[in-house]
Amino acid sequence: MNALFQATIEFLKAFWAPLLCGVAIVAILPLVVGYIVLVERKLMADMQARLGPMRVGPHGLLQPIADAVKLLIKEDIIPDDADKLVFWLAPVLSVGAALLSLAGLAIGPAFQIAQDINIGILFVVGVSALGIFGIVLGGWASNSHYSLMGALRSSAQLVSYETAAGMALVSALLFTGTLNIKSIVEAQSKEGIWFVLLAPVAFFCYLVASIAETNRAPFDLPEAESELVAGYMTEFSGFRWSLYFLAEYANMIVVASVATTLFLGGWLRPFASVSWLNVLDFLPPLLILAIGAYCIVRVPKQPTRVQQMFMLAVAGLCFVLGLVLLAPVVVPVAKPFYSGIHGGFWFIFKVSLYIYFFMWLRFTIPRYRFDQLMRLGWHFLIPLSIINVLLVGVALIAGAYFHLQGWGLLLVTTPAAVIALVVALLILAAEKSRGARPDQTAASDFYAG
Amino acid sequence: MLDKVLFYFFAGIAVASAALMVTRRNVVHSAIFLITALLATAGIFLQLRAEFLFIVQIILYVGGIMVLFVFVIMLVNLDVALHQIQFARQKWVALLVALALAGQVGLVFWSSGKMPGQGLPVLTATAAERLPLNSETVAHSLFESYLLPFEIASVLLLVAMIGAVVMAKKRT
Repeated sequence: MNALFQATIEFLKAFWAPLLCGVAIVAILPLVVGYIVLVERKLMADMQARLGPMRVGPHGLLQPIADAVKLLIKEDIIPDDADKLVFWLAPVLSVGAALLSLAGLAIGPAFQIAQDINIGILFVVGVSALGIFGIVLGGWASNSHYSLMGALRSSAQLVSYETAAGMALVSALLFTGTLNIKSIVEAQSKEGIWFVLLAPVAFFCYLVASIAETNRAPFDLPEAESELVAGYMTEFSGFRWSLYFLAEYANMIVVASVATTLFLGGWLRPFASVSWLNVLDFLPPLLILAIGAYCIVRVPKQPTRVQQMFMLAVAGLCFVLGLVLLAPVVVPVAKPFYSGIHGGFWFIFKVSLYIYFFMWLRFTIPRYRFDQLMRLGWHFLIPLSIINVLLVGVALIAGAYFHLQGWGLLLVTTPAAVIALVVALLILAAEKSRGARPDQTAASDFYAG
Repeated sequence: MLDKVLFYFFAGIAVASAALMVTRRNVVHSAIFLITALLATAGIFLQLRAEFLFIVQIILYVGGIMVLFVFVIMLVNLDVALHQIQFARQKWVALLVALALAGQVGLVFWSSGKMPGQGLPVLTATAAERLPLNSETVAHSLFESYLLPFEIASVLLLVAMIGAVVMAKKRT
């Protein structure tokens, strides 16, 4: 017993900082997810010419907290015929995998829980892929046809798109030569160009595959409510349902962070290596301060006194954040914290843009049919990503032969990207003309609907 | 001390869930315990500082193969399996095989105690900073030292895959 105690002390001594960060992430993430949902609802309302949540707090700013309280105090229902243990385990698995994969990510150069792990990006991708078990087991354990169909669709979809996503990651990793997350971003700062420009086809593949992997519209087939009620979540309610919800949005954050790290320069400012653009450092603080000022302007328009106070508090928070961001640029003493603070800002900014793009797609494109989804995955994305890996490799060898670096690499990577796209489109056209014959139709939709 | 605790933690989970996997009646429960056993083994890999092996175990076995396993299990009718006899009756053959295996493992342990320097190799721990980078080392040995066996294995897998597709296509 004493030895066990000793080991615990040893463990805590060695790992107190990552543990603390982990606890912070687990504590903050539900709040962040709540506000992402609020942004999504507001955005949806804006695109459909309505107001969205307006009642709880000014402009519905407290709506996520109200929703969370509602979900927490709802009755916990477990169907009679459900497999109780697996039913209990499934949402926890989903959320656990999503949270665990966050540990490998680097939010700015200063904030990373699992620091300097050699397998960096593989850890994030591999562990977040485990979340599928939560979906499949949850669908099976509910002992309902809708749930099982949703779970089957989901696993088919994830397995199909995982390949394309992995190949897309490979062609970006060819530029870095390392899996370590910090080294990936440093490689982009050394080249002076983000990999989204060097490997645009890979970025496109990853974008589409990541939407499919997070079960978002237009690929939200597992929970297509017109066909499957709510898919694998049908029998889940209250807190268990909110765990699934949390996992879905945490997964969105994970894929957005992977894309940001690998393709969008991680925590680097746009044009970080161009010194005359250092003026851009004033952009983040000014942006936040402008938001704060707008909140102050809106204060008199709020209907009740409480809402006015809350709006003021939000403005104050924005001002504090703005000053924190301004300090490293203006005050020489705070200069050492520049990369940490501004890196964090740019990383979160890019992740938010990526998630915004997800939402934009959701309200723009109608849902795919299941066989269309499978065809897009197997007949277009997977060939495209494999051809792209080959051509990026060829382009890299050609670049090394001509001693090209940084922006010069575009000379060889752009033709490679164009060729990859053309070949993949030709394959798709060939498949289509073959699929148009009557004996070949309905080959790939045997588990649809 | 910490190493030992972690090792027995992972090893205990691996052995216990392997035993549970064999004895459960419900196939899905068996699959869950197989996943647990694989994850615990991955943990032991990680403790040996074989990070690449750890993540490959998780991505391939847990995230790939087990997903397909569970997928197939969902498609079969479980009620039929529940009423069938769980274990095949080959007691004596099984006993013989188990005894042979136990004897073999025991011999290795026994000989390592008797003949120093000839049995189980004893590895000395190196500081983490001085170890070569894991994924890079694996890549070098795969694509430089063992390139031909690696390519042969991948061609073999490709043949198996195409064969499976051809056999599946015939039915329709």
